[in-house]
Amino acid sequence: MKVELFFWEGCPSHPEAKALLEEVLHEHGITASIEMREVHTQSEAVELAFPGSPTIRIDGRDIDAVGAQSPPALTCRVYVLPDGRPSPVPSRQQLEEALP
Amino acid sequence: MSVIESPPAFDLPGVDGRNHALADYADAPVLVLVQSCNHCPYVLAWEGRIEALQRDYADRGVRIVAINSNDATTHPGDSFENMVEHAREAGYSFDYLHDESQALARALGSERTPEAFVFDADRRLVYHGAVDDNREESDVSTHYLRDGIEAALAGEPAPVADTTPVGCTVKWRS
Repeated sequence: MKVELFFWEGCPSHPEAKALLEEVLHEHGITASIEMREVHTQSEAVELAFPGSPTIRIDGRDIDAVGAQSPPALTCRVYVLPDGRPSPVPSRQQLEEALP
Repeated sequence: MSVIESPPAFDLPGVDGRNHALADYADAPVLVLVQSCNHCPYVLAWEGRIEALQRDYADRGVRIVAINSNDATTHPGDSFENMVEHAREAGYSFDYLHDESQALARALGSERTPEAFVFDADRRLVYHGAVDDNREESDVSTHYLRDGIEAALAGEPAPVADTTPVGCTVKWRS
């Protein structure tokens, strides 16, 4: 399994997202390592279809298909928690549902 | 404290269709400027608490003023039109001003959204930094901004005068 975490250093949420992702992978017995991929420029954001930081793809598929449609940008990505609140990191449930 | 000591002068358009200048808040015993925007998930997580503070302290004359300085060419969600819409949807009772030139953000030395600056009646900086110590409201243990407002009202130093704001970066023009 390929697990990628794309991030932009200007947004402080990627360490929290990485820690949560590691927890979820561990709990599900998945040993794949997380490839950390930094996005530096707007042109890279366009090239990578990066809608904001953090963006997590498992086997190339974004864990949040709706959010993935946002325009490429060097910005903090907004996730929606199960209770409807906005969050800079995905929920545990969202990560678990994205696992194959 | 690493930021300014008194509020910079400003005269900026608000989402209510009027311009608002620093002098317009002269009667407020406490003025709180909050660097903010529409799109940032950290702002979205904290804006309800900022609104609650404005409601809680309105009868004591405290004025909270949010400022959006982000470059809307790179972040169209932060345009003035979207500010008007966002303030309406979120039910802001505080002024929300558009700093299109980014002059106020530069004068404040703002770096993040949200980032708060509390000034007392003499317009001395009493507190600068985060709203509180946790994005999850249920996990908050220290209410920095509320404590700063209380200190400013009492004419005392804030228990914590400076914290590092956690949030999105201000989106500067290139």
